[in-house]
Amino acid sequence: MSKEHDPGMTVIVKTVTRLTVGLILLYGIYIILHGHLTPGGGFAGGVIIALAFINLDLAFGGSASAKIFSKGKTGVVEALGAVMFLSLALIGLKYGGFLDNFLYSDGNPGQLVSAGIIPLENIAISLKVGAGLFGIFLTLIILQKFESEKK
Amino acid sequence: MNAYMPYVLCMILFSIGVYAILAKRNIIKIILGVVIAEYAVNLFLVLVAYKVGGRSAIFSETQVILPESMVDPLPHALVLTSIVIGLATTAFLIALAIRLYGKYGTFDITRMRELRG
Amino acid sequence: MISAGIVPLFVAIPLAGAFLIALFKRIKGIPDILGVFAPGGMFILSILFLLKMEIAQRIIYNIGNWGGFNEVLGRIVGIQLVIDGLTIFMLLIVNFVAFIVAVYSVNYMTRYTEKWQFYCLFLLMLAGMNGVLITGDLFNLFVFVEIASLASYALVAFGTEKRELEASFKYAVMGGIASLLILMGVIFLYSYTGTVNMADMAVILAGSQQPALMYLVFGLLLTGFGLKAAMVPFHAWLPDAHPSAPAPISAMLSGVLIKALGVYAIARVFFTVFGFPHQISIILMILGAISMGVGALVALRQWDMKRLLAYSSISQIGYIMVGLGIGTPLGIMGALFHLFNHSMFKSLLFLDSGAVEYAAGTRDMKEMGGLSRKLPVTSGSTLAGAMSLAGIPPFAGFWSKLIIIVALVEANHMKLAAWAVLMSIITIAYILKVTRFAFLGALRDRFANIKEVPLLMRISLILLSLVCIFGGLLLIPEVRETFLEPAVRVLISGIGGGV
Repeated sequence: MSKEHDPGMTVIVKTVTRLTVGLILLYGIYIILHGHLTPGGGFAGGVIIALAFINLDLAFGGSASAKIFSKGKTGVVEALGAVMFLSLALIGLKYGGFLDNFLYSDGNPGQLVSAGIIPLENIAISLKVGAGLFGIFLTLIILQKFESEKK
Repeated sequence: MNAYMPYVLCMILFSIGVYAILAKRNIIKIILGVVIAEYAVNLFLVLVAYKVGGRSAIFSETQVILPESMVDPLPHALVLTSIVIGLATTAFLIALAIRLYGKYGTFDITRMRELRG
Repeated sequence: MISAGIVPLFVAIPLAGAFLIALFKRIKGIPDILGVFAPGGMFILSILFLLKMEIAQRIIYNIGNWGGFNEVLGRIVGIQLVIDGLTIFMLLIVNFVAFIVAVYSVNYMTRYTEKWQFYCLFLLMLAGMNGVLITGDLFNLFVFVEIASLASYALVAFGTEKRELEASFKYAVMGGIASLLILMGVIFLYSYTGTVNMADMAVILAGSQQPALMYLVFGLLLTGFGLKAAMVPFHAWLPDAHPSAPAPISAMLSGVLIKALGVYAIARVFFTVFGFPHQISIILMILGAISMGVGALVALRQWDMKRLLAYSSISQIGYIMVGLGIGTPLGIMGALFHLFNHSMFKSLLFLDSGAVEYAAGTRDMKEMGGLSRKLPVTSGSTLAGAMSLAGIPPFAGFWSKLIIIVALVEANHMKLAAWAVLMSIITIAYILKVTRFAFLGALRDRFANIKEVPLLMRISLILLSLVCIFGGLLLIPEVRETFLEPAVRVLISGIGGGV
């Protein structure tokens, strides 16, 4: 007795995923925002956010998260992250140097609002890495469908 | 000799990766060899930074920590960059492997002999 | 006196171009415009640097305006970008060839799908190469080498046919191992000297006494960068990768990538950081001589036009290595001038083979013949490039080969000089094979209706052939003082320190 017509995995996996995906996203955002105080930062946080979406995809079948984030939108988010990073760097050019830390003067070390442009750069990098990894995953799935149709 | 054991083991791990690249016929095993060699070099970089009895390189508001008692933080930044580069290389090789499977129908590299001379 | 703040623009503008293309890919015409104006802008910027910089000046820029020489620690902190004579020389070559190839590929890449992907990867590769040339920090060099290499792996596989995928896989795995070896060398150097800055490392290594570690690092760095430069015995990826790529990418790979990532990196690391020890001189000369021989002799057997040109690249890189290995000012000037010439004529020849493929539809020379009547611009520029490659006076290639051979004779390496002359004769033989089979002879029937290539491709071919014909003018003393001499002086001043 198998009802394998429903895409994705069993009911247990789907219920647990529904409960925990929000927590995974929250954890990823925490790592990004505290990147200048604790280990982590843009790259690690971006990977965790991408993994949250991939988790949705694995549990609910092939195209569950593709409805939220199609391939085109992922590409746009990725490029936006990179453009944000470069424009912050080039604005620093006006203040005295490429990648200059021009917001440095406010805040003490150890607080959340300190260290100038570094938290903003972390957010930009997390956008790019998260969207990039999710885009790689989508591309590999689409490639696999393409190859298995050719056979 | 005991002080250098971690570095020797790193080099053994690297040679296992290179052996996999040279001697295996399946494309996926070759890619795994590249990944193992990549991780071996990253591990070596992190081990270079270690100081016996050192703390992790994070300041704190409640304690006074001397910078001399911390491990070297520069290789940590370098290895982060290296891990990202390794991720990009692995993703590209896997995409190539999927495309090659679609064109040739097999993962065996001895069947892919179009280029000669 | 120009402000040092515009130095990072060499990397920032191509990167911004690549990301903006990825963002606006659906707007018609944006990839072409950005893809042509970014290298063009970089070329104009490098000419500006050449004209405004005084002769022996060096511009140093700390990224983020943070760091520099720290008196408390006694060493340099932070990442530095350095522009000196050798950098300006290479920047001009790389950006000029990139601009010409970008103009050419506006028409050529319409045969492939998704032109915006091509321009995005192309600008990323250009950003990586510019970064390799301007950086003053050893780990930063490794990162930029990786950026340029990854973009080139993807560009070689751009057409996604069987051969291209297989060639790209081979290139990617071998290039990946080479990068790991470079990284291991950098790690050993960091753990010994405690810094990754090249200027600092040169000072520390000058007074050091650890020959075993130095030989290990020489081996690792020479293997890694030698594979990127396609020296024998690390050349096996090149004859598969360069013909399989689309023609503008073959021109970029063979023309500038193996020089910026391979030859320049070897020159910078071994001359400036290590101070050019005697063993490196001997090794470079031996490997260069073997490369000359293997490349030229195997090129004679080829019937595929692009594969022949790829083997010819291996041979000419051998000439440049021999010139660098001699170590005298005349030898280094010959090597750098030959590097300039080879970028120009090899890119021209690859773009020509692409034009022949665009017009006639085939690359096999056994099937061609008599194309010179139908494709006048293509065959004229191929003739200019071929004369320069063969070393026939007064084309530019003759002068650079002459200087290398004279430098060999002056330094008393008579057997190597005779070998170089012999290989020059074989070079003439294989390039005559291309000219005779492809362009002269009787026109076959299936080619009766082919037309000349479109306008933008013709403009790029004509520009490159003008540089090939008049390149010998670089040896006039006034031009030489501003362009070649500072580069030679940078390398010579590095010799003497170190192990």
